[in-house]
Amino acid sequence: MKRLLTRQNMIITAALLVVYIIVQVLLSTGIISAFYETNLILGGIGIIMAVSLNLITGFAGQFTLGHAGFMAIGAYFSAVMTVKWGMPFILSLLGGACLAAVMGFLIGLPTLRLKGDYLAIATLGMGEVIRVVLLNTKYVGGAAGLFGIPRITNWTWIFVCSVVTVLCIRNLLWSSYGRACISVREDEVAAEIMGVDITHYKVLAFVVGAFFAGLGGALYSHYYYFIQPGGFGFMKSIEYLVMVVLGGMGSITGSVMAAIVLTVINVFLQQYSAIRMILYALLLIIIMIFRPEGLMGSKEFSTAMFRRFERRDDRGSAGGQ
Amino acid sequence: MKMRKLLAVTLLLAFVLVMTAGCGGTDANKTETKPAATDAAEVILGANFELSGAVAVYGQTKMNGVEIAIDEINKAGGILGKQVKLIKYDNKGDDAEALSLTTRLMTEDKIVTMLGPVTSGRVMVAVPVSEQFKIPLVTGTGTAAAITVADGKVNQYAFRICYTDEYQGKLAGKFAATSLGGKTAAMLVNQNDDYSIGLSEAFKTTFEENGGKVIEQVSFTNDDVNFNTALTKIIATNPDVLYVPAYYEQDALIAKQARELGYTKPIIGGDGWDSADYLLQTAGAAALQEVYFVNHYFSGDAEPAVKAFVDAYTAKYNETPSSFSALGYDTAMFVKDAIERAGSLDPVAIRDAMAATKEFKGITGNLAMGENHDPIKSAVIISFDADGKPILKEKLQ
Repeated sequence: MKRLLTRQNMIITAALLVVYIIVQVLLSTGIISAFYETNLILGGIGIIMAVSLNLITGFAGQFTLGHAGFMAIGAYFSAVMTVKWGMPFILSLLGGACLAAVMGFLIGLPTLRLKGDYLAIATLGMGEVIRVVLLNTKYVGGAAGLFGIPRITNWTWIFVCSVVTVLCIRNLLWSSYGRACISVREDEVAAEIMGVDITHYKVLAFVVGAFFAGLGGALYSHYYYFIQPGGFGFMKSIEYLVMVVLGGMGSITGSVMAAIVLTVINVFLQQYSAIRMILYALLLIIIMIFRPEGLMGSKEFSTAMFRRFERRDDRGSAGGQ
Repeated sequence: MKMRKLLAVTLLLAFVLVMTAGCGGTDANKTETKPAATDAAEVILGANFELSGAVAVYGQTKMNGVEIAIDEINKAGGILGKQVKLIKYDNKGDDAEALSLTTRLMTEDKIVTMLGPVTSGRVMVAVPVSEQFKIPLVTGTGTAAAITVADGKVNQYAFRICYTDEYQGKLAGKFAATSLGGKTAAMLVNQNDDYSIGLSEAFKTTFEENGGKVIEQVSFTNDDVNFNTALTKIIATNPDVLYVPAYYEQDALIAKQARELGYTKPIIGGDGWDSADYLLQTAGAAALQEVYFVNHYFSGDAEPAVKAFVDAYTAKYNETPSSFSALGYDTAMFVKDAIERAGSLDPVAIRDAMAATKEFKGITGNLAMGENHDPIKSAVIISFDADGKPILKEKLQ
């Protein structure tokens, strides 16, 4: 208990509360208009997706191209729970996330024995399988999609869920489990010699990542009224992968920043249809030339950056929004 | 690190895919409608279209039609004496963006009516937003049934001016059974595509109601290019007609391969076949004999309005307008008609005028708005002459 109540933790909690309250007030007074609210939600979902993908790709070093598949599972299952079974939203959220985690476990167990290219292809295939299964399932609307989903996701849900995601993944990484995951990334052979069960930790990272991707999907489907299997294809996975690479593989705060930056850039580019994709790609190329390690590299943005004499083991924090 | 290389290759591939998909047409941004003297004296319309991404070709050709219409309206003095300002945004064919752009147009830009989106999925996302802000949206090409009627309830602010999948499937079924006198039919259906499934179901029902029988149905998927196995199976049952509700890239291959396998009886399709040039290039004139498809309009129609539009379009974009362009033009004209009848820029009054449309003369036929906000309008059946040029076979009401 005493360790939880450090000055640093209290500052962060206070800062988060202030951010939450300010945005909530701006929203209810209409200063943040309905349009900017949709982008706020989209950015929040981006944070959840990018941070969870970063755990798999950036920290555990497993290159996956199927993250949108887990998002689809979360989105569809939670929507079915609310629309068809009449469950409360909180249960649907957890249900969607848990089913995605179970799928992550079932798929991760065999595929994570593969490395590099092979794993990338296997996860790519997995994402496609999920999409095609949804496409051919009449119960969830098939190719026509599932509609009539109530809009329940709002700023409060998004804020709480993204803070919980960041906090859980940060705490996992700063535990012995997280260090084991990072050791797998750094050198599998060395880690194995030191007694780390590498498959175990890879699967762990995969399952936790899938869980939060499912959560992101559940939030998504309860904001956009309608979901279609086509919305969760290969390009969606790439979209989140770009966030992770741009933010820095192995930096949670980097992913958070990248999710926000890319959402904002997208809003600016919406009116320039003809040169939109060129500008977007150009921007990424420029950032990658000058910051090949991503915006944050593997560093974290933390309160410790401001207080140099902080003790070393206090380093790192959940970071601001 | 090996992973870095892999990452680089994957990202590169992804961008190449996006860029090539987005390069279908280039003229979408050519004309900006000019702003009028003062803000208050304008009619602000919004367009939320798929101008980049996988379905960019549809979005861009439709936008071309919209722009011809807006130019024409402004030259003739605008709507209610006010110039029209069109605010265009690109939703890249993404659901999330279609929703946020609908919100942007309806709250930030203060539009009175939204045109688009182009594809059904994106319209589905936009409809609840238009219901929320009580501003009408008109899609010229969203054909899914649930756009206008969801769970037995009519969406008050959503309209479409094209016929639904069900309607054109029915027309094809009736045409096959009566005009062609077919007794047996086979269907080749894209099982991953909502449009294809919708059309095939409606075709089957109507064809069988009119005394025919569907004796064989074979499925394929989006990426298929070789249909020999499926066609061999179908030809073995010797159907009087073959119904192929799919898009023109695959339609051309199916027509070609079916003829190569010796099938000479009629092949019938839906508006997905609408790319006469592509069909001729890929399948050849011989394969297109006895091919019929249901379409929104015929670009060679002698009617003055159609001719004027086709001429204006060809002069500006140097290509024959597809159904998408014609429907884009009609969408803008339909909105103009409704605003003029409403006599005000109040979105609710415009909505009422749209719902009360009795006779709107469009390029794609005369239209009356039905109770479900689905239009009651005519359709055409296109076939091909000996040189593979499209000709008007029949006009259906």
